[in-house]
Order: sequence, then structure tokens, then C-alpha cells
Amino acid sequence: MSTQQQEPETDAEPEPESQETPTDQEMSGLSSPQQKRLQRKHEGAAERERAAAEDDLEGDTVHLKVFRFDPEVEGKQEPRFDDFHVPFERGMTVLDAVIYARDEFDSSLTFRHSCRQAICGSDAFFVNGRQRLGCKTQISELDQPVRVEPLPHQEVVKDLVVDMDHFYDQMHSVEPYFQQEDLPDGELEEQRQTRENREKVKMSTRCIWCGACMSSCNIAAGDNDYLGPAAINKAYRFAMDEREDEEIKEHRLRIVEQEHGVWRCQTQFSCTEVCPKDIPLTEHIQELKREAVKKNLKFW
Amino acid sequence: MSQSYNRGLIEDFGRWKEFSAGMWAWIFHKFTGWMLIGYLFTHIAVLSSAIAAADGQTMMVAGESVDAYTGTIQGLEGLFIVRVLEVGLLAVAVFHILNGLRLLMVDLGIGLEAQDKSFYASLILTGVITVASVPTFLTGVGL
Ligand code: HEM
Ligand code: SF4
Ligand code: FES
Repeated sequence: MSTQQQEPETDAEPEPESQETPTDQEMSGLSSPQQKRLQRKHEGAAERERAAAEDDLEGDTVHLKVFRFDPEVEGKQEPRFDDFHVPFERGMTVLDAVIYARDEFDSSLTFRHSCRQAICGSDAFFVNGRQRLGCKTQISELDQPVRVEPLPHQEVVKDLVVDMDHFYDQMHSVEPYFQQEDLPDGELEEQRQTRENREKVKMSTRCIWCGACMSSCNIAAGDNDYLGPAAINKAYRFAMDEREDEEIKEHRLRIVEQEHGVWRCQTQFSCTEVCPKDIPLTEHIQELKREAVKKNLKFW
Repeated sequence: MSQSYNRGLIEDFGRWKEFSAGMWAWIFHKFTGWMLIGYLFTHIAVLSSAIAAADGQTMMVAGESVDAYTGTIQGLEGLFIVRVLEVGLLAVAVFHILNGLRLLMVDLGIGLEAQDKSFYASLILTGVITVASVPTFLTGVGL
């Protein structure tokens, strides 16, 4: 049952920057931070592999401490932590472990999950004090006992399930869809994008709406109207897409430069640290700040 | 949906051990910024003794009569605790300036991948400059 996969999304995705493309001028400027990230990632993967090979957790049990709360059952309304001792398997993720705990020990243990491969975004938990994707976090990397809690700064509905409505509202408020009425010139029927522009928005397109970033941000915690990193990143994805007209970009910038938009970001980098898809969120927020300033200077 | 549970602020400062570089930089920058504002007021208060001095007020320091401004400064500088606070002020100002430059780079989008390293560099440099300043600040003061 262990999913065994690590970073499937990068392996599946072509990685032009690791081949000959860096010599391409427009690309190299863009890809260098990402190259570093990828390099770090590969190093991390190698490290994990070594750890997994060496670790003598095999045959051991994993001690989980899982947050429990159920408003509908008398006696469970007071939040508490339950202990589970789950047999360790090579490659076991936090999600695997809670699935085991639910299937074998307590079927009332409630959490969201679906794809088990870091693409549906349903299983972001607060694991050992940090927002992580359950299915992308190896048990062997964590100190024990492994504390699994619901995402901070969101209302807990039951056990590890939090209310995501507000997060989705913020995502929708930046109009996260392509808006371009006119078809391109010539006989083309599709909206074609240049390779360079695709590279520019590439990382921002990877968001899986898991909410980890929003949960990690203490500005978002204090200001419920703050759009939050994921929504701003979504706005970036479209504002930087050259296929949309200039007026639409201006409209998008007006949304993000409002009172509870980009200017709330205090560059704490918490979101960037936790994003399971390695999206450089702070970088994107900062770039939108600069775009907003440039737009306003233009219409002085 | 039935009632849900709000866990309040336990995850904020209760998890300070998990804070990463950027979060510490933010906390220290706020703290040092407000400390500097606070210093500004004490600074004005001390310097305003020049008004009294201009009015001809004098005071006694070590058996000598000096004008109120000189006397106030000499009196304060004679205190060990004031010298220690000055070292602290230097540390606060140096960190604020170095991290302020780091934040300006972050705002310009330069070197974002190294933001944690530049924070640690600010800290280390602040420590070095502070230690190096100790002899200067603490000369000629009795305990
Ligand atoms: C070369 C000297 C200085 C530099 C480079 C500098 C830089 C900065 C920068 C970039 C910020 C904005 C941080 C952000 O993006 O949120 C800031 C905030 C601040 N600075 Fe300075 N600063 C300097 C000197 C001072 C001095 C002398 C004072 C006090 C008299 C001061 C007081 C503050 C305060 C109160 C804040 C706001 C802190 C907050 O966020 O609540 N700074 N500084
Ligand atoms: S930006 Fe990253 S952390 Fe935030 S919702 Fe998207 S995938 Fe999750
Ligand atoms: S289960 Fe889909 S992202 Fe983890």
C-alpha cells in the first residue's frame, strides 16, 4: 500500500533547464532559481534514498499522535490527541500511516485524501509543526512521535478535516481563468503561447490548491481578507500570460493591488518554504508588487 | 455543517521553534525598528537639556560646575548600564540596517533564493560589529 513515489511531478515533467537550454539567453535568467531548486530537490531525494536504505525502522512501528475532534459525538467535542502505533513499511508516507490507522484501528478517523501522488491537493496536514502534504512526506524523514494535526488557521470540521471555503473564495476572487475574447491573427484557431512565456508562468501553474501556504502565513491569519499566497500566485499565472490583452492585465493588477492584496505580504517566506509544489510564491508576489507600481507610475 | 472548532492562535507564536529564517528576520526587523523609534525619543529628551543649558542652568558633576547639557551627557556616560545600552543600540541599529538592505533586495527581486543566507549573514555581521565595538563603548567607565 505504500505509494513509494517521491516527487513524481518533477520526474514526469520535462526539465529543459537540466539539458542544453541554459545557453538560451531568455531562458537562462528565468530558470536559474528553479534550477537551484531542482538541484536541491535532487539532492534531497538522494539524501532520502540513503536514509531509507540505512534506516532500521524496518519492522518497527511508527508512533503517530493524531489530532481528534468531532462536534457530533459527545465526549469527542473536546479536542485531544490519539496515539497510534503503525507498522512501518519502506517508503511509507504520513498519508499511508494515517490510512493504516483508520483502516486497522479506528474507522472514525477522518481526513481528506484522493490521488496519493501530490496532485489533488486534499491532504495538506500540519505534521510536526509544519504544513506538509501527507502523501509527499516520508515517515522516515520525521522525528517520532509524528504529530499530525489539521491545517492551522482554518476551522476544524472534524479530526484532520478543515473548512476550505474561505481559501477557495480567495482563489476565486482573483478570477482564476483565462480571459481573452479575441482570437489571434492569421488562420490560427488556438491561443498559442511562446516557449519563453510558458517558462515564465510554468511554476505558477503547478498549484494544487492544497492551502498549505495560506495556512503557514501569519499575515493571512491576522487579516481574513488578505488574498493569500495561492490566490496571488494564481493572479500572477494569468497576469504574466502574454496571450491576455493589456487591459485584462491591468484589471488583474487592480485586483491584487487592493488594500488586502499584494501589499500585505511582509516577505516572511513562510509560504515558499511549505509549498509542496515548490512554487516561488514570495518571488511572484514581489514581482506583482513591482508590476503594480510600474502600472501606476505609467498613468501618473 | 455543524459547529466547527477554532484552534485560535496556538499555531502562531506557540510554534516559534519551527520558524524559518524569513520569519525570524521579520520579527527582528519589527522589533529593531520600534526599538530605534523608542531610542529616538530618549535621544530627543537627552539632547533637549541643551535648552536648559542655553538658559544658563548649570549642574555639579564630580565637584565641578558645568552647564546642564554637558552635565547630563557626562552623568549618563558615567553609568555602566548606559554604556551597555549603547552597545545594545548599536547592535539593534546595525541589524536593522543590514536586514533593511536585505529587504530592499527582496523587494527588487534580487537573490530571493539566498534570502535565508543573507539573513544569517546579517546576524553574524551584526554580532561581529557589536563585539568589535565593545572596547570603544566601555572605555573609561567605572563599574
Ligand atoms: C540605513 C538605515 C535603515 C534602513 C536601510 C532601514 C530599512 C527598513 C526597511 C526596508 C523597512 C521595511 C520593512 C518591510 O518591508 O516591512 C523598515 C522598517 C522600519 N524601520 Fe527602518 N531602516 C533604517 C533605519 C531606521 C531607523 C533609524 C529607524 C528609527 C528611527 C527605523 C525604524 C523602522 C520602523 C519602525 C520600521 C517598521 C517596522 C514594522 O514593520 O513595524 N529604521 N526599515
Ligand atoms: S501555492 Fe503551493 S502551498 Fe499554496 S495552495 Fe498552491 S500548491 Fe498548495
Ligand atoms: S492525496 Fe492528493 S495530494 Fe495528497
